[in-house]
Amino acid sequence: MQSFSENWLPIGLAGYVAGVVAGLLFSRNSRVANYLSFGLGAVAALVSLVACVQGLVGGEALVSQTRQLLPSLTPIIRFSIRLDPLGLFFGVIVSLLGVALSIYSLGYARSFYGHKSVGVFGALFNTLLLATTLVFLAGNAFFFLLAWEIMALSAYCLVSFEHEREDARRGGVLFFVMSHLGTACLALGFLLLFQNANSYEFDSFRALSGQLEPGRRNAAFALFLLGFGLKAGIVPLHIWLPVAHPVAPSNVSALMSGVIIKTGIYGLARVFFEFLGTPPQWWGVTVLTIGVVSAVLGVLYALMEHDLKRLLAYHSIENIGIILMGLGASMMFLQARHPLLATMALIAGLYHTMNHAVFKGLLFLGAGAVLQAAGTRNMEDLGGLIHRMPKTAMCFLLGAVAISALPPLNGFVSEWLTYQALLQGFSVTPGLIRVLFPLSGAMLALTGALAAACFVKAFGITFLAQPRSGHARQAREVSSPMLAGQGLLAAVCVLLGLAPSLFLRVLDPVGRQLAGVAARDHLVTGSGWVLSGVAAGGGTVSTAGMTILALCLCAVPLALWWLLARRARTRIGPSWDCGLKGLTPQMEYTATGFSKPIRMIFKALFRPRREVQREYDFSPYFATTVRFESHVEEIFETRIYRPLNWLVLAVSRRLRALQAGSIQAYLIYIFITLLALLFWTL
Amino acid sequence: MTATLVFILLQTLLLLALAPLITGVIKHWKARLQNRRGPRPWQFYFDLLKYLRKDMVVSEHASWIFTAAPRVVFITSLVAGLMVPMALVPAPLSRFGDALALIGVLALGRFFLALAGLDTATTFGGMGSSREVTLSAIAEPALLLAVFTVAITTGSTDLSHMSLGTQADVWKMLDPAHVMAFAALFIVLLTETGRIPVDNPATHLELTMIHEAMILEYSGRQLALMEWGASIKQLVLMSLLVNVFFPPGIAIEATPAALAAGGLLYLGKLLGLALAVVVVETTNAKLRLFRVPDLLSAAFALATLALLSTFLFQ
Repeated sequence: MQSFSENWLPIGLAGYVAGVVAGLLFSRNSRVANYLSFGLGAVAALVSLVACVQGLVGGEALVSQTRQLLPSLTPIIRFSIRLDPLGLFFGVIVSLLGVALSIYSLGYARSFYGHKSVGVFGALFNTLLLATTLVFLAGNAFFFLLAWEIMALSAYCLVSFEHEREDARRGGVLFFVMSHLGTACLALGFLLLFQNANSYEFDSFRALSGQLEPGRRNAAFALFLLGFGLKAGIVPLHIWLPVAHPVAPSNVSALMSGVIIKTGIYGLARVFFEFLGTPPQWWGVTVLTIGVVSAVLGVLYALMEHDLKRLLAYHSIENIGIILMGLGASMMFLQARHPLLATMALIAGLYHTMNHAVFKGLLFLGAGAVLQAAGTRNMEDLGGLIHRMPKTAMCFLLGAVAISALPPLNGFVSEWLTYQALLQGFSVTPGLIRVLFPLSGAMLALTGALAAACFVKAFGITFLAQPRSGHARQAREVSSPMLAGQGLLAAVCVLLGLAPSLFLRVLDPVGRQLAGVAARDHLVTGSGWVLSGVAAGGGTVSTAGMTILALCLCAVPLALWWLLARRARTRIGPSWDCGLKGLTPQMEYTATGFSKPIRMIFKALFRPRREVQREYDFSPYFATTVRFESHVEEIFETRIYRPLNWLVLAVSRRLRALQAGSIQAYLIYIFITLLALLFWTL
Repeated sequence: MTATLVFILLQTLLLLALAPLITGVIKHWKARLQNRRGPRPWQFYFDLLKYLRKDMVVSEHASWIFTAAPRVVFITSLVAGLMVPMALVPAPLSRFGDALALIGVLALGRFFLALAGLDTATTFGGMGSSREVTLSAIAEPALLLAVFTVAITTGSTDLSHMSLGTQADVWKMLDPAHVMAFAALFIVLLTETGRIPVDNPATHLELTMIHEAMILEYSGRQLALMEWGASIKQLVLMSLLVNVFFPPGIAIEATPAALAAGGLLYLGKLLGLALAVVVVETTNAKLRLFRVPDLLSAAFALATLALLSTFLFQ
């Protein structure tokens, strides 16, 4: 007897395949290819979404068995899938984004008509969605790596889709190289587990539950942390992310930042909570610390950006850090034998995973709309778009409030849960290491406030005030499918913020699977509208309650207006210009100027450098032309990757002497190798 | 249910009525301490009334953000105020939001305030927003760490719970953790309410303004809401300080006698804190912008020491 999700998920997957085929078949006719390919993608994603949610809420996932999706080729390579809570939860994320992004793409792909193959674009996009879904559902290490590779390759093709631009090619290659470094680490990690389990099935890894020699176990931890961490974009393995994500078409950027980097989080959760047994304390400390460092550095570098999409890409690093803080705290609680707290911290991290997918997807779609309407990602050339693109502006604002962790939207809820988990960590952890928890909390607060600062800048400079260029002045609102995609994600942001208890029903099975306890009853009180920390007498919060109260309090300003100012008139006038002849866009604050105080305060990190050239006639105070340049140093690139790069090149230059191209030399190598092997076997 | 609603209504009225008085008293005392006559303590009520009745001039570049921001600032301050115990614990809305929610709600108001500064396309507005978000970001870790320290010693992030926890054990007021956390929060209070040495509420000198620069383009009833909102926010933060760190005397039951005593004591403690603010404002000069992070790092260091001392003295 197959359950609901086991019946319907394969139909969703088949829908993606149909989307791929339709895109390729009709690639001659852009319009048909667009509607068929992305239309099928949207339907397939919707079916998968319903199947995944039903599987989680209906409780089927907890008792699921491993099944074969396709007949196996050899006894080792089996196409087994398992619809367990963790996989289905990430399936919800990819399917939800799949629906919104496919709808958005219906409008977005129109810009490719005539000069790019929309059919191939749609086919690649559906392949990426399919492969990502399979990554989350795979139950066999080979099948997992196969899906992982298809995902990486289709993502590479999509990043470089506009290959006539040089930055797209460079971004693609960097992504390709880093992605395969990560895959190599994963393959080694799985081989380590195979040696003890004698099978590549995830079920047998699970049965192992960390019964390995300590050295081997720690090696597996390090390899998986590197491999999955690379995909997730943790500091210092993040350098590909701000290069590759912005150059992709915007719907692909949204998918990559929203979902693809979450495959790293999925892998970490799968391996650390299921395969490797109860983690030692230092694993948790490592993950928590990486989380803190990624969060703070991610947001600081984001503040220095004035390219809208690069700014968003750096924020992905920040949010991955926040997610890892939850995961790391959860690992420490598992070690300290507090399963309830471990579940709460895990739920905080996974809630943030979902939230980040939604609001980052939304923000990238907004950035894509701006890019299409105004033709630039450079914030210094934008401005005033709220008058020209009011709906996009509204959606972007909702996303900005959500990502800044401001109540009542979803970012606040998950960060609140993370704070509560960190706070509890102090009282249950022995030794001085407990100080790590409140200090991480303080760094999370810094991150949140800096993120708010960054989004005041991103929204304020892009959408408010006067347009700073002709392009921005001529921008028009984007097409209705693009608005629908954004609107859908914005609505989900509001829903996840106001009704967290609904979403906790989806998350609860995951907590039960990984940490062993159902926490929803501890986290929700007040008939589902109040969220509480798990400790008795701990803090409570109700975003819905706050919102209703705020709406009621709107009566106060209204009453004041009615009582006192009914007859007051409103006049439209120019802004105060200090007596000059009107304000020009040049007088507005720029994005670079806006973040200057932060640049000065953290100058030890940024090492800002600026060059000013003036040409003047009689006095330097009355310059005729001024050229200004400002740079910050990307410390990881200049201090780690550039020397490393140089070292690799130098070593390979040396090794080149071996490969001289003469057949005699190669024969000697073969001969020597044979001899060596002979001696070794003797 | 009805009792809660009445309670919410009363605390809202108290917030609306008391906030301008505290602002006015600080202004009055400051003038006195500087040998000026200064405005009467209740002058701020008349100012608000005057603003509310005036016509408005709105910038031609402004969008709906400019109109929405004063309401958001005003209402978020009120919502935050309902989460803080004033004369009575628990606060009417302590169930809807704890200390973390309070910080978040105030941050939402600040977010819109900073956007409004950018909306009018003037340089001053952008300058004010940029400085405001920077300084509040640097102040945030100290604020949160201090709150965490108290939450750890009292076992909850709920503000009413914190207040009761301190009240149950009066000697806790002298706990070094509490004293240092209080000092850290006092510095944050000065920053968040735009006081000397961080910002000068009396200045209109363009290059040094922070808060005033953001609201430069406002007039009429929108200006009234902005000013009133800022005043309520100040009252909320001051109530948080006095009731979490010096709760004795606060009413636990809603009997008239207890409320009267609690209310009077609360007013007295507020005026004491206001006096401290006045003394600091009068005896210090405004810091250069890039000196302020040093002050806030000191606050962060104090909060860290407070945290470590809970660990050492437990």
